[in-house]
Order: sequence, then structure tokens, then C-alpha cells
Amino acid sequence: MSEDVYKEIIMDHYRNPRNFGKIEGPDFSAEDNNPLCGDHVEMAVKVADGKVADVKFIGRGCAISMSAASIITELIQGMTLEDLRKFDKEQLLEAMGNPDLGPVRVKCALLPLKTLKLGLYTYLSKETGTEAK
Amino acid sequence: METEILDVEKIKADFPIFSCKSPGPPLVYLDNAATSQKPLVVIRALEDFYSTYNSNIHRGVYKIAERATAEYERAREKVRGFVSAPSTEEIVFTRNTTESLNLVAQSWGRKFVSRGDRIVITLLEHHSNIVPWQELAKEKKAQVEFAGIDKEGNLDLEDFKEKVVGAKVVAFTHVSNVLGTLNPVKEMAKVARREGALVVIDGAQAVPHMPVDISDIGCDFYAFSAHKMLGPTGVGVLYGRRERLEEMPPFLTGGDMISEVHLSGAVWNDLPWKFEAGTSNIADVIAFGAALDYLSNIGMSAVRRHEIALTAQALDELPKCDGVKVYGPSNPERRGAVIPFNVKDIHPHDVSAVLDGMGIAVRSGYHCAQPLHEWFGIPSSVRASFYIYNKGEDVDALVEGVRKAGEVFGR
Repeated sequence: MSEDVYKEIIMDHYRNPRNFGKIEGPDFSAEDNNPLCGDHVEMAVKVADGKVADVKFIGRGCAISMSAASIITELIQGMTLEDLRKFDKEQLLEAMGNPDLGPVRVKCALLPLKTLKLGLYTYLSKETGTEAK
Repeated sequence: METEILDVEKIKADFPIFSCKSPGPPLVYLDNAATSQKPLVVIRALEDFYSTYNSNIHRGVYKIAERATAEYERAREKVRGFVSAPSTEEIVFTRNTTESLNLVAQSWGRKFVSRGDRIVITLLEHHSNIVPWQELAKEKKAQVEFAGIDKEGNLDLEDFKEKVVGAKVVAFTHVSNVLGTLNPVKEMAKVARREGALVVIDGAQAVPHMPVDISDIGCDFYAFSAHKMLGPTGVGVLYGRRERLEEMPPFLTGGDMISEVHLSGAVWNDLPWKFEAGTSNIADVIAFGAALDYLSNIGMSAVRRHEIALTAQALDELPKCDGVKVYGPSNPERRGAVIPFNVKDIHPHDVSAVLDGMGIAVRSGYHCAQPLHEWFGIPSSVRASFYIYNKGEDVDALVEGVRKAGEVFGR
């Protein structure tokens, strides 16, 4: 893997991360880390009318993981939870300019997505649990 | 450059990987603490075994099997001589350093460590010299304690001496795989043995790079790997003091490690075969012998002097780059040729990617030593490590790459 993977969009989001920060009282949030490289990310979402009303992230990591987190927050703003559930790896990588990341660094890009999904699934399972009652 | 003690161009010509035609810039290999490259004599030794006398050892009474057995045992004698161990009976072949250390923890540790015993290690350890002891301690309700280090990453010898009082096992690295710290192993072994403790040394980063005399150090166990010293992967060495090897049970059981098997039980084989169950990694052990011959021809004192010169150059040049912080002892004589560093707040993966684009191979991450990174308060680091085929120009290339990474990612 060489520096060619650092597409303009990745460097842009790395230098100027969007939606970096904390949300007061999020409806769901999750954090995860990649123990191999020490990357850490926390994604938090506020929900209104079944849609993403606000999303923010905080974290520390390489240009790939931090730009992926930033790009995700832009992409999912206003998205329905149903679309968010379907939001996948291919959509993320396409938005990042389809960099040739290789098997090791693709995990960096997927860390924020995995973290977001973790929070979402926990939220959805609680919601269904509440409805069932 | 005047930093070269060895004739690097001549050495490089012996390593096929450096003349391998691949797209992109030529390979500058600076990940030697992870594994070394292999000279043609080692690759040929493998080929020769498989093409001319491939057979199993210690059993066959036909010509090629006798030759295979003789070559395998000759490699053991080469290992013994290389590290000045008293006898070949004390040289056990394993898969790697990790397996050697696990062998000690599982086999000696399970028999002799009991509730309340203290196992002392240091903050400088690789995970392979931490986790086997933690697992043993969990099973036996024993305790693992870490001796500390100073700000440069040198062992805090006073702290070590205090902690080893009354310890059952004392295990430590000869050279740190992260900081390069060269430990005063002879003194440490002396202090620990005075306490009656078992002394175990991880020599994975020492034996490939400097003269090591196990008899002089005076330890109970000493472990290292072939693949970090020009040999093939899949071969580790465990030196064990005869009395210790005799008092402990086998690690794995089955073929080759027994002398008699009856319906009622088995009688263990003699040393060292008692610890080599099943068919060994015959071809790789024999090829490791060729690697040892290659290193002996160069001479380990010359290897050490060459690496000190490269380390001195890197310790001098790298900190001149904007925002670069180098970790580990500042005196190149007191460390191995392992240089960890960070560039500004740029993630090590991003630095490595820029270097990779220039053909420079380094490692980034925790280097299997998370407790050490936690102690230094850094999430991870970039690590450059040198060997006999590196030259001053490689250090220059590294410095240029680090400058470039700083420019590309600097915020």
C-alpha cells in the first residue's frame, strides 16, 4: 500500500474533519477500537421521526479511519434508520473514492462504520423490544 | 558512507530479494526486527534437502535418512557453538521464540510454580514473554510483577533488584523489540539466581545482532528464532540448563520424544529429543545451519559494530526532521538496531504508507508490546530496524521519507 490511496477527498476530511465532537444526550452511541494500531472511534446519533437528526464522532487514528468517520457523518445526515441499516461498505468506499486499501488498511476504513452499526443495532433491538411490550 | 563496517554491496548480492525485479522503487528493508531476508545459501539448503535427501530423521537405516539425521544434528551443534552453550543436549528445536517461552511456562512452570509464587518480568517484554506467564499465574494463583524502566527506556535496575527478591521465576528480554534497549543480562541473571529464581531470557532480538555467550550469562533458559537471523521461518531454539530440562515433564507427547511405550505408559527419550515430539521441521533446521555459517563468516562482532554505526546515524539524523520524536536509549552502544519514532501527531500507518510508496519497509503499530506503549503514553509508533544488508544510504532514504510524511500529513 502506498500514498496513492490518499485520495483528495480523504486528505480533505482528514485535515478538516466534519462533525467532530460530542452530542448531548444521543439516542444511540457506540465506541470501538482497533487494538492492532490503536485507532479509537466513538459515533453518536440523535434520532427524530425515524431519521438521523444529528451525528457526530470523536476519535484518534490514521487518515483512513478518521476521514472515513468524517465522510460517514456527512453521508448519513437526515438518512432514515432503514436506509442507515442498509448503508454498507461499498457505499462508504465509493464515497472515499474507492482507494486501493488492501486487506489490512481496509479495516481502518471500516472501523467507524462497524462502530456506527453496533450502536444502531443495539438501538433497534431495544426499540423492537419496547414495541413488543 | 563511513558508517559501513561491512561490505554491504557484496552482502546484498547474496540475497535474491534485493535483485528481484518488481515494479516501483528498489526495496529498502527496514523491518528486520520482524523478520530478516534470506541469503541464497539458505534457500539452496532447503532446495538441496528436498531434492536430494528428503527423508525422516532418527529412524531410517537407509543412506538418505542417515544423511538427513546427521545434517539435522549438525545444525544443532552449529547452534550450540554459535551461542556458546555447554552441550547439544541442552539445545531444543521449537517453532519459534514464542513456542520456546511457552514450553518453559507450561512444562517447568506448571510443575514448579504454585499458589502465591511471584513471577517477575519487565515492562520491556514482547507479548510472548508476558502472556504465557499471566496464563500460568492465573492457573496457579501466582502473581506477575513488572520491573519498571526510566524515561529513556532503560531498565530500572534498582526496581528490578527489589522485585526479584523471593521470586520464583524471573523472565526478561535481552534486547527490547520496541525500544532496542540492551539489558545487562549477565548482571540481571546473577541477581535472580542468587534468589534461587528460574532465569528465562528472550533473546529473539539479541542473537541475530551481536555475540551472545549463554554460558557466560548464566541463565536457565534462553530462547530465540531462526527467521530473524537469515534462517527460515518455523524454527525456534530453546537453550535449557540440563538440570532444569531433566526435572521437567515433556511439553508435547507422541513420537520421537519417547524411548519406550508400553500398554501401561511410556519412558521419555533422552535430552534434547524429549522436547521434540513428532517429525521436526527438518529442512528448515538444516537451512538454519547454513544461515549460522553465513553469519559466522561475517563475524558477530562485525555485525554489531555495523549496526551501532547505522543506529548512531539514525539517532543523529531522525530528530533533525520537523516534529520527529525518537524513543529509546540515546546511546547507540546501549541499544540494538531498533529505532521507534513518531512524526508530529501523524498516525504511524500514514507514515508507513508514505515510506512504502518509496520502497521503504518499516513496521507500525504496537510491535506486540502494548504495556510498553501504554507506559510511554503513545498509541503506537513507527519502527525501523537494521541488519547486515542495510547501509548509510538506507538511513538517508528513511530520513527523506519521514520528512515527506511530515509534509504530506502535517496539519
